[in-house]
Amino acid sequence: MTTSFDQRALATLPSRGELAQHDAAVWNLRLRRDAAAAEVPDWEALRERAAALKAFTLDHLDELLIGFEEKARAAGAHVHWATDATALCRIVTELLSARGARRVVKSKSMLTEECGLNPHLEARGIEVIDTDLGERIVQLAEEKPSHLIVPAIHKTRREIGALFHRHMGTPEGEDDPERLTRFARADLRRRFLAADAGISGVNFAVAETGSIVIVSNEGNVDLGTSLPTLHIACLGIEKLVPALADLPVFLRLLARSATGQPISAYTSVLTGPRAGGELHIVLVDNGRSALLSNETQRGALACIRCGACLNTCPVYRRAGGHAYGSVIPGPIGSVLGPALGGAAGAELPHASTLCGSCSAVCPVKIDLHGQLLAWRGERYRPPPAERLLSLGAALALRWPVLRGLARAALRLLWPLLARRHSRNPAEAWLAARELPPLPKHSFRAQWKQRERGRE
Amino acid sequence: MNVALFLPCYVDQLAPDVAWATLRVLERAGCQVDYDPDQGCCGQPFLNRGALREARALASRHLRCFAGAAAVVSPSSSCVATVRRRFGELGVSGAHESGPRTFELSEFLVRVLGKTQLGARFPYRVAMLQSCHGLRELGLGTPSERAGGELAPSPLESLLRAVEDLALVSVERPDECCGFGGAFSVTHPTLSARIGRARLRAMADAGAQYVTGTDASCLLHLDGIRRREGFGPRAIHLAEILANGASVPELAS
Repeated sequence: MTTSFDQRALATLPSRGELAQHDAAVWNLRLRRDAAAAEVPDWEALRERAAALKAFTLDHLDELLIGFEEKARAAGAHVHWATDATALCRIVTELLSARGARRVVKSKSMLTEECGLNPHLEARGIEVIDTDLGERIVQLAEEKPSHLIVPAIHKTRREIGALFHRHMGTPEGEDDPERLTRFARADLRRRFLAADAGISGVNFAVAETGSIVIVSNEGNVDLGTSLPTLHIACLGIEKLVPALADLPVFLRLLARSATGQPISAYTSVLTGPRAGGELHIVLVDNGRSALLSNETQRGALACIRCGACLNTCPVYRRAGGHAYGSVIPGPIGSVLGPALGGAAGAELPHASTLCGSCSAVCPVKIDLHGQLLAWRGERYRPPPAERLLSLGAALALRWPVLRGLARAALRLLWPLLARRHSRNPAEAWLAARELPPLPKHSFRAQWKQRERGRE
Repeated sequence: MNVALFLPCYVDQLAPDVAWATLRVLERAGCQVDYDPDQGCCGQPFLNRGALREARALASRHLRCFAGAAAVVSPSSSCVATVRRRFGELGVSGAHESGPRTFELSEFLVRVLGKTQLGARFPYRVAMLQSCHGLRELGLGTPSERAGGELAPSPLESLLRAVEDLALVSVERPDECCGFGGAFSVTHPTLSARIGRARLRAMADAGAQYVTGTDASCLLHLDGIRRREGFGPRAIHLAEILANGASVPELAS
């Protein structure tokens, strides 16, 4: 019954040392979030407010999107609609090709990861440089991000030093984070200046004003969206907020939940293109409307991609993001997985202990563990052996005679179950733990005996 | 007060001592305890895997079995959370009447009966395991994720603080999951054990001789790891500590 998720965890964090390091680094983000949340006197009220705003947004998404489009156009931006990943890739390619753009700088965007934009553009001879430092590391290593906010958290400084030595000619053995960052910065600066276009993600889109809001800590977003004349901003249709006045609620929650900062270093509110530039906004559906129509699961569309649920998740911290095999890892990734597709989608809702820490930490109060449980019921496709076992157990638990027989059989077989053997059905338990010793009599039997004695 | 004992299947079969201890503690607290040996499973393992049809059938059966009880008490917070939080979602009739009458043991003692002092003595260093379903679904305490606001005291902690000579040790990451997770423990054994080992290590580092909590299943998982790995505190259910009275068990080797 061992799932491939569990096996992938063995590969992603193979040694106890790497496991402990990853767990500690990620847990540290949770601690920083705790401290930052505690500074806000009305943190829980802020979460309530955000949840209510998101619920309102999802209930009125159609009107808000149309309103956003009108305002954005009025401000001079071009607005495009992409029903799926293919459409997004096509629209972006056409925009770039029509202007002869060959070199693109890109800032962090999980949506373009989801839609496979980088490989699509690269296959057409367009150079795409990720400019967020973590994203750049992952890109050079030809890997996928393993965390929403800290994409390269799975890499050690030594690995990063070696990578930079190979690709940027940094001195061999150099692994000082500050010096490595300086090298990367110099390298990126050249690429910013040479870029024909900038592609960015979007954190929030304001329906009231047609503005897009992008937050970052490295300033790369601002360079990438203001140096080249062409800026293409890609966002999922769920990123809307009704009004400019709603922004502070989310900006406070996002920065504090993600990194423990009171506010991100850069918050750019872009309304229309820069002087002499072109701004294209691509609104992407890619499964989101379908999710919106699922009453139980639509809450996941409220996600602001802060990563707090990853940081608190006991499974994520000990599995590593790559074990998920999905673009977005962690509890939110497992909730979105079955909806937004991907091969691993079906098994992901089971990769959770349902401890509920994710739901308790989520700044927009998504019932993450409740939704994971709901997916399990909605997509119940057990292997035949489990199906049979489940039916049998349910029957036995319902019928007293069968139940008695099953209990007797279990008691007889217990010594065999406790023995390590690859064909032992209890092997999954035994792989890591001992079975508890079987008491001579069950409580039920002892109780009945006592009752007989009293008669 | 008349109380119906609701026992998880694994407690009945694997930990009858926990059941007896629960019974004794309730009696000492002045309750008349009844047990129906015909009770089955509440359906949690089925619900946990997504087998909703089976879960619904078992939930209905559970509700019929306990329909007449004034209060239903269980030494398992996750079984109680299933009845209180999930039966309604399953759409089983009677769920909404039964939920508020079903209690986890520590919750019942402290919040319903208002008792914390039960005359127990336990001269050991003890780590608390705040089982997740008790903490985050039944509100038996304030989870560490919560920032500010009113703190809900943990009935488990109140009871342990009233035990004579018991020293509560403070463990790093006090409410991190133990990694059991029901079906998760067998569908994802590597991860389940990685989490469990880390919890045991943290408790051992804090000097705990015993780990106690409100969920026998989490404790069975941790104790299974302890026996395999050869380190960490021994698991003991809260009811067993409370039932000891003044007669104190020797620390088992």
